[in-house]
Amino acid sequence: MSARFIGGKVLGSLATLLFVVCFNFFLFRVVETDPVANLYRGHNLTQTQRAKLTEEFGLDKSTGAQFTSYLKQTATLNLGRSYTTNQPVWDEIKDKAGPTIALVGVSAVLSAVFGIMLGVVAAWRRRTKADYSITGFTMATYSMPEFWLGMILLTVFAVALGWFPVGGIEDPSSTATGLAKLPDQAQHMFLPALTLTLAYLGEYAIVMRSSLLETMREDYLVLARAKGLRDVLVRNRHAVPNALLPVVALMAINFGLVLSGAIAIEAIFSWPGLGLATYEALKGPDLPMLQGMFLVFSAAVIFFNLIADLLYGYLDPRVRPS
Amino acid sequence: MSAVAAPSARRIAWIRRQRALSRAWGQFRHHTPGMIGLGILVAAVAMALAAPLLADEAGLRAINATDNPTFANPSEFGPLGTDSLGRDVMTQFVWGARTSLLVGLAATFLAMLIGSVVGIVAGFYGGKLGGFLMRITEWFLVIPFLPLAIVLAAILGPSVKNIILVIGITSWPSTARLIRAQVLTLRERDYVDRSRALGGSNWHLMTRHILPNVSPLIVANTTLTVPVVILSEALLSFLGLGDPTNPSWGKMLDDAFETGAVTAEAWWVFVPPGLGILLVALAFTLCGTALEEILDPRLRDKNE
Amino acid sequence: MSLLEVRDLHVTYNAVSQAPIPAVRGVDLTLEAGETLGIAGESGCGKSSMAGALLRLLPTGTEVTGDVLLDGEDVLAMKPGRLRAVRWTELAIVFQGALHTLNPVQRVGDQIYEAIKLHAQSAKDADPQRVGDLLELVGLPARRSRAYPHELSGGQRQRVLIGLALACEPRLLIADEPTTALDVMVQAQVLRLLAELQRELGLAIIFITHDLSTLVNVCRRIAVMYAGRIVEQGLADQVFADGAHPYTRALSAAFPVIGEAEFRMNPSGLSGDPPDPRDVPSGCPFHPRCSVATEVCPHTDVELWAAGAMREAACVHVSGAPVSA
Repeated sequence: MSARFIGGKVLGSLATLLFVVCFNFFLFRVVETDPVANLYRGHNLTQTQRAKLTEEFGLDKSTGAQFTSYLKQTATLNLGRSYTTNQPVWDEIKDKAGPTIALVGVSAVLSAVFGIMLGVVAAWRRRTKADYSITGFTMATYSMPEFWLGMILLTVFAVALGWFPVGGIEDPSSTATGLAKLPDQAQHMFLPALTLTLAYLGEYAIVMRSSLLETMREDYLVLARAKGLRDVLVRNRHAVPNALLPVVALMAINFGLVLSGAIAIEAIFSWPGLGLATYEALKGPDLPMLQGMFLVFSAAVIFFNLIADLLYGYLDPRVRPS
Repeated sequence: MSAVAAPSARRIAWIRRQRALSRAWGQFRHHTPGMIGLGILVAAVAMALAAPLLADEAGLRAINATDNPTFANPSEFGPLGTDSLGRDVMTQFVWGARTSLLVGLAATFLAMLIGSVVGIVAGFYGGKLGGFLMRITEWFLVIPFLPLAIVLAAILGPSVKNIILVIGITSWPSTARLIRAQVLTLRERDYVDRSRALGGSNWHLMTRHILPNVSPLIVANTTLTVPVVILSEALLSFLGLGDPTNPSWGKMLDDAFETGAVTAEAWWVFVPPGLGILLVALAFTLCGTALEEILDPRLRDKNE
Repeated sequence: MSLLEVRDLHVTYNAVSQAPIPAVRGVDLTLEAGETLGIAGESGCGKSSMAGALLRLLPTGTEVTGDVLLDGEDVLAMKPGRLRAVRWTELAIVFQGALHTLNPVQRVGDQIYEAIKLHAQSAKDADPQRVGDLLELVGLPARRSRAYPHELSGGQRQRVLIGLALACEPRLLIADEPTTALDVMVQAQVLRLLAELQRELGLAIIFITHDLSTLVNVCRRIAVMYAGRIVEQGLADQVFADGAHPYTRALSAAFPVIGEAEFRMNPSGLSGDPPDPRDVPSGCPFHPRCSVATEVCPHTDVELWAAGAMREAACVHVSGAPVSA
């Protein structure tokens, strides 16, 4: 892969990120009518106090000047203050990013791994019971609202059976610290991660299955067999690498979906991450928080799109400039 | 060409189209999953249309439900029990179907309309206009759907009309991209050149030549977009961005969660609406897959 | 002992939920070392199925019966391990150089090297240098080994496939429509290359095509296939110039020679379509399309009868036919 290819993709991503940042500004400009009043709701401000605050927030300047200061502030990660907690938005994001990264990371990986495996089995044993049941199962999970699945799992396994905690990330009464907290946290993460994984593995299975079915009819597999290769090697060395290509393209899209799905799932399982923060910010609406969330989510998706693009370029020489 | 020939040419095209349609229907009839999907859809639409006959709309309001037991399970209060405010779940389910289906179809229509127009124009004209349109499309595609939808919904305010707008605005890009790719290949076909040589205007080319050939793709894509839209509506309603006065299935799920139906193990409150969403989304997917296979024979071989 | 002896080969495809398709209905062939044989016929006559059957490369579930003796050893009875060892080292196939005949995400050099390494008996045999040598043998610069299939032209891909087929020094090469997708100039180059290699390396080649005229310069003998059977066999120039079987004559007339006056005024093409393998006409399968068919043709089970010196044809009109036309 040439530096030109990588450089091109990185530049493209940065351009998109810049677009999102600008879009973010103008979008919220439409919504936020009186930031001072919103932030100091419940306080009675005098005229002078209001004027001083307005000046402090730079709201008396022109839109253009505000935009420039917005850009400067965003570059220094000054994303404003939350309306509800009055803490800097960036601090809130930093605190809550960890749990979301853990949950979304684990779910994204598991849904890809299991989805691909199911797709391979369904394709390899097409038209058998295994194929039909896998296809039926994946279509059903693909069609269901993931938060509904979460509610059902929560009711059955946590409330009714009591096998798992009902919410949160750890037992509040526990005195464990550091790594000792992990088993407890893992137990708390099990149900939300299971929900997200089940919700998104369907599409991987469907895409992998149809991709592998198409690859299995290709002529180069006949050539590979004619050379004297064993069937297993034909499949692993020639069929699978080609079949994986659409799946890699899917990974970029799916990551965005898992991230979005995490908003509702974190709400249901009271998982203290960015998703839950967004859910609560919607109730206000806590506009600075929402603005910050929008930026963070978009940046994450852009970043993973870039990774997937580069990975695809590495795997498929046909998209690289030769 | 004489005046007599023109109408009959149109008539021939009409007859041919009808024959193609009945052929397609014949094939569809034998596609079991597609027929199952169609059956579910017919049942759902019938139920939604017959809502006033099946359940009294007054039952949707909490005021009228104060005499009812709260969280009564189906054996105590039928057929689907009551929610936290004593409202009859069955009533909400039947009336909620209307909103969910309405939003699903309307938002899809909007997305398809915008997406098709953009796709056809971008593919047909190419050059600066096409490039510009595709740039916008690509940018929309990169911004993750949910954050954008949330922000738009927060701006516009909660109402059914706005939800339709929000989903329509955020869903058209993938259709546009698909259709543009198809138009690009069609544009290179000979009959487009010949038609132009005969003096056909761009409008004529787009409506008479490109559009009929892109239509199958649009139809198949539409049926596969509806499930996504329905799920999006459910999600937005669940997050509290839907119309609070309208009993959509997503709103039922939101209510169930907010009022503690989960901890109360009141499964009858949230299982039916989720099941409804699942079945309708699944039905559209099955029909869409069947249509895809019928309209594009290559896909049929692939799935065998 | 002949290099290749095929006796009563039958190939029947068993597709799911469809009637069985008999693609090859009893074929006998013999090939000596260093000999060249061309097999000609329209699409669907079974020639590619027959080629695939020789190395057991047909889809699972396909029924292959008969004898395929490679140096006396029956390929159809070989154990999987022996079959894999024999593939490419004794018998290799040059496929049609379409874009997806080669793995699109692997460099062509690596794909050639895979064959070399697979069959190498010692570390010395697995010499990467040989990849470059093979490419030069087929007229490509050695550095092209780093190219991906989509970066090569159709003619270059065909040369790569020829080089690949020679990687393990087989004694028998089957070329399955190697020039079909190429334009006329490149076709001539590839044919010349094959003829050269055949002479230099003493290869036995079975050359499969639908274009009878391409076989004349490359092959010593030609067999014509129709509806899953061989309908004529003989020396190449005789078969092409003066076919004993009506189908052969129609086939050679179907490809006009540019510049020859007779073709200009007399466009000839065979009317009708080859028969569906599931529904072959009774008696001589060619009789519905035959211009010299008689009343006995639909009722006579034709076989290959003598039709001259070193010539056989399955037609009632030939000299060796037991019935009178």
